[in-house]
Amino acid sequence: MKTSILRTTVIAAAAAALTTAASAQPAAKLKVGLMLPYTGTFAALGNAIENGFKLYLAEQGGKFAGREVEFVKVDDESDPSKATDNVNKLVKRDNVDVLIGTVHSGVALAMAKVAKESGTLLIVPNAGADAVTGAMCAPNIFRSSFSNWQPGYAMGEVMAKRGIKKVATITWKYAAGDESVRGFKEAFEKGGGTVVKELNLPFPNVEFQALLTDIAATKPDAVYTFFAGGGAVKFVKDYSAAGLKKTIPLYGSGFLTDGTLEAQGADAEGLFTALHYADSMDIPKDKSFRLAYAKTYKLQPDVYAVQGYDAAQILGIGLKAVNGDTSKKAEFARAVEAAKIDSPRGAFSLSKAHNPVQDLYLRQVSGKENKLVGIASKALSDPARGCKM
Amino acid sequence: MDLTIFLIQCLNALQYGLLLFLVASGLTLIFGIMGVINLAHGSFYMMGAYMAYALAPIVAATFGGGFFATLLVGVVLAVILGYVLEWAFFSFLYEREHLQQVLMTYGLILVFEELRSLLVGDDVHGVEVPAFLAGTLPLGEMMTYPVYRLFISGVCLALALGMYLVFTRTRLGMMIRAGSTNREMVQSLGVDIKFLYRVVFAAGMAIAVLAGMVAAPVSSVYPGMGDTVLIICFVVVVIGGIGSIRGALLAALLIGLVDTFGKVLLPQAAGVLVYVLMALILLWKPDGLFKAG
Repeated sequence: MKTSILRTTVIAAAAAALTTAASAQPAAKLKVGLMLPYTGTFAALGNAIENGFKLYLAEQGGKFAGREVEFVKVDDESDPSKATDNVNKLVKRDNVDVLIGTVHSGVALAMAKVAKESGTLLIVPNAGADAVTGAMCAPNIFRSSFSNWQPGYAMGEVMAKRGIKKVATITWKYAAGDESVRGFKEAFEKGGGTVVKELNLPFPNVEFQALLTDIAATKPDAVYTFFAGGGAVKFVKDYSAAGLKKTIPLYGSGFLTDGTLEAQGADAEGLFTALHYADSMDIPKDKSFRLAYAKTYKLQPDVYAVQGYDAAQILGIGLKAVNGDTSKKAEFARAVEAAKIDSPRGAFSLSKAHNPVQDLYLRQVSGKENKLVGIASKALSDPARGCKM
Repeated sequence: MDLTIFLIQCLNALQYGLLLFLVASGLTLIFGIMGVINLAHGSFYMMGAYMAYALAPIVAATFGGGFFATLLVGVVLAVILGYVLEWAFFSFLYEREHLQQVLMTYGLILVFEELRSLLVGDDVHGVEVPAFLAGTLPLGEMMTYPVYRLFISGVCLALALGMYLVFTRTRLGMMIRAGSTNREMVQSLGVDIKFLYRVVFAAGMAIAVLAGMVAAPVSSVYPGMGDTVLIICFVVVVIGGIGSIRGALLAALLIGLVDTFGKVLLPQAAGVLVYVLMALILLWKPDGLFKAG
């Protein structure tokens, strides 16, 4: 009897001593899982996002809430069929505290599914699939970029206000393309316009000639399009080469001309696009961000770098509120929902479904830049259809 | 669809088909003549495109040459590179089973992709159409047709004619055809079959690189561009019959038609129509449209 009480007390004392000793140690490293495309057609975007993320971390002295960061990288190759395996690698094998990813909407949806089931914190720094902050929304899923609906809706408003009546749309048949066109159609038809033809081709097919001929045959007042990366370069060049640029004005979601102007050259001159970022904004935070990014990476930043930077900001804000304890999911979410994120694109906050409520800018290509022309839609919030939070 | 539009779509189909033939002919040459499944073919195409992007300023600075000078330099580099690659890697593959060939050439794809990433980076690039080919021809009141695409079709036709002449009218062509049917017999007749195969491989690679260079202004230059091209090339080769240049040409034109009209008439099925075509043709002719030769 006496020995067991003595033994228990000794063990308890030892345990107490060890715990105090343990908490006196430097906090455990924060494992951040970066699941981005490092190869393939979106490779440049993956790199830009990582650069932006690391820039913010460097500005915080390399730590989030006093915790050093350990990165675990996985190349998702923008391949939805490998996505679940890749995410599970990070969540189950590497036990990451936070997931950051990705560019391709199909891959991001797989990530959101796993994050929702496992409860792992997920911050999406690009993929615009409406479902991520829609039907798949969750308290532990955040997005620092946009929803596919937002730029489309903003452009629809702009084109309707300009008195354009008949529009043909063209895009890839995948989540991002469909949702962008849907958002556009919603605003455009509300403004009194009609979408006379909806053209699409399988992703990532880039043989546009047949559809360009179809557009010429349909003779709409204007064309709205969504393409990104290599496809955007080819489409703009083909559109111009087919002589359509002069006869049927081309409007697009901002990704048509983001990161692609160097390759598109004169064929992109004068194109109007809508996006939550532009190249020549009069925002002090943007100017300092662009300078810091250029100094660190010897490259000009783009919207993807800004989104990566803001993903890190969101993580930083949340972790500060919970003192680095990633298990306090509810407090993390509350802190981020209440915060105003000081982004290079202009300050924004997150909606209830955790998607940015932000200004969509109207830009026009001038020289090698997407010059800010006006605001396409102020404080536009994605309707988060299907979100039950 | 009225007549003008139908004819324009036919033109689009023809142009796309010829481009496919240009890219796939190198593959059918290597596959047909040497029996090697070369998955790295898409990478050669990509190399050509990146060469067009990277060599143009260098050629302009050293030789003062323009578009054709860059093409020439690219083809010469491709021949040298093809010779070296065949000597280093492919010469081991001839007697092997197809799986080993796939493994080796797949490994080469990964190596070339990484090399590309290291040397040129991951950004998307555009290549300017040379000024003297940059015009357009009006087609009806709404559309114009870029002259450059007609130029590409012209290059394909010239290449097809050239290959036909080499294979049927020259000694080299005769030796190549003999070597593809019976390697040992040709060797015992005193022909250096190793050198012959090296030449064919270098030629196949040079054609792929040329295709990449010529197509670069219209296809834009980006990471992963080789993979999409590779699959469609294999479809062309399989439909046309392995080793048959004639078959590759016909298959490419068929695919051009199916893809173009499929996109316009049946957009929901556009992605699979080409493969449905392949399945149907294989049901009818299991060895493809034409036999080798």
